Amino acid sequence: MSAPPIYTEFHPRWYRKRMGTLWWLHRRSYLVFALRELSCVFIAWFVIFLLLLAHAIGGGNHAYHRFLDWAANPFVIAVNIVALLFVVLHAVTWFNLAPKAIVVRARGRRVPSPLIAGTNYLAWAALSAVVAWLVLRS
Amino acid sequence: MTDTIPMHVTRYRPEQETAPTVEEYEVPLRRDWAVLDGLNYIKDRQDGTLSYRWSCRMGICGSCGMTVNGEPMLTCATFLTEYKPGPVRVEPLSNFPVIRDLVVEIGDFLRKLPKVMPWIVRDTEKPTAEGEYLQTPDEQDAYKQYSMCINCMLCYSACPVYGLDPHFLGPAAIALAQRYNLDSRDHGAADRLELLTHPDGVWGCTLVGECTRACPKDVDPAGAIQRYKLTAAMQSLKAFLLPRGAR
Repeated sequence: MSAPPIYTEFHPRWYRKRMGTLWWLHRRSYLVFALRELSCVFIAWFVIFLLLLAHAIGGGNHAYHRFLDWAANPFVIAVNIVALLFVVLHAVTWFNLAPKAIVVRARGRRVPSPLIAGTNYLAWAALSAVVAWLVLRS
Repeated sequence: MTDTIPMHVTRYRPEQETAPTVEEYEVPLRRDWAVLDGLNYIKDRQDGTLSYRWSCRMGICGSCGMTVNGEPMLTCATFLTEYKPGPVRVEPLSNFPVIRDLVVEIGDFLRKLPKVMPWIVRDTEKPTAEGEYLQTPDEQDAYKQYSMCINCMLCYSACPVYGLDPHFLGPAAIALAQRYNLDSRDHGAADRLELLTHPDGVWGCTLVGECTRACPKDVDPAGAIQRYKLTAAMQSLKAFLLPRGAR
């Protein structure tokens, strides 16, 4: 036994276990949570990327093409793919959460969860289709 | 000869040790025995000094929550046969200080609970002579799920946010606040708003979702918290956009 414990009858010494630094690796749900928290960094990256794009467009044709060349760099593409995966993780989490947060009652009954989540996914798909059409039509 | 199953039980005796240790016992493996029966067997037949909480043995008092093979469980509702051939690891609930063996200190939770005013708050009480506050089945359905909480604290044990930051109000307290907020007889939602929207309230939750998984009564505290986040956000928006009086 190590050092004698400090103990009095009326104030027993409680044992407090601290969470280890790697606690978020112990469970899948903890890991997903940690990844989702990390996703904010990549969302911020997308905002910066978009601002850089806007700045390049403002700088004229030459600046715009320079930006496109930079964006076609394999490293930037890799970062953007990782960022996209994180944003999808973020979006899917919140769409799946929507039925829990939004409780809608219609005709005296609670609207089923798949319908609420489905509407969100549908809106997502429709908006993505509009954006894809805008980008790809030229 | 009857089958047996090993139980590895965490012991912490502050008068003789500075950190918990594990003691191994062998208990009969019976089809109808829960982990709690195993602990009672140890206490009655093998080691009377083992300390743990229990009361009803039927999943309603919420006293016998412990960590069984790493998961927060009601030991009266968790059967030994599920862990065949063993060993069954029994530890105290995580995220709480341990007083002795499997007994944790729950003062923090008990201090938080009354803060959410888990009772019906009325603007004006009607005289008893006028009878009960009536409610339709639909109105009862609106909160019934959240009223099933037995305060067993398994959700606190499962919540890493509470483990990292003990100031977090926590899943059960928030779900219970929702239980009253959604009750048609209650007028206390505005009184609970400040506490719930405090950074240590609903916004402390980062949606790990383990509380809902751990809940033995299907209360879905994570759902209650996300639902209140939406309510709180709408309240803030209304407070920002609408003139006073129209909110």
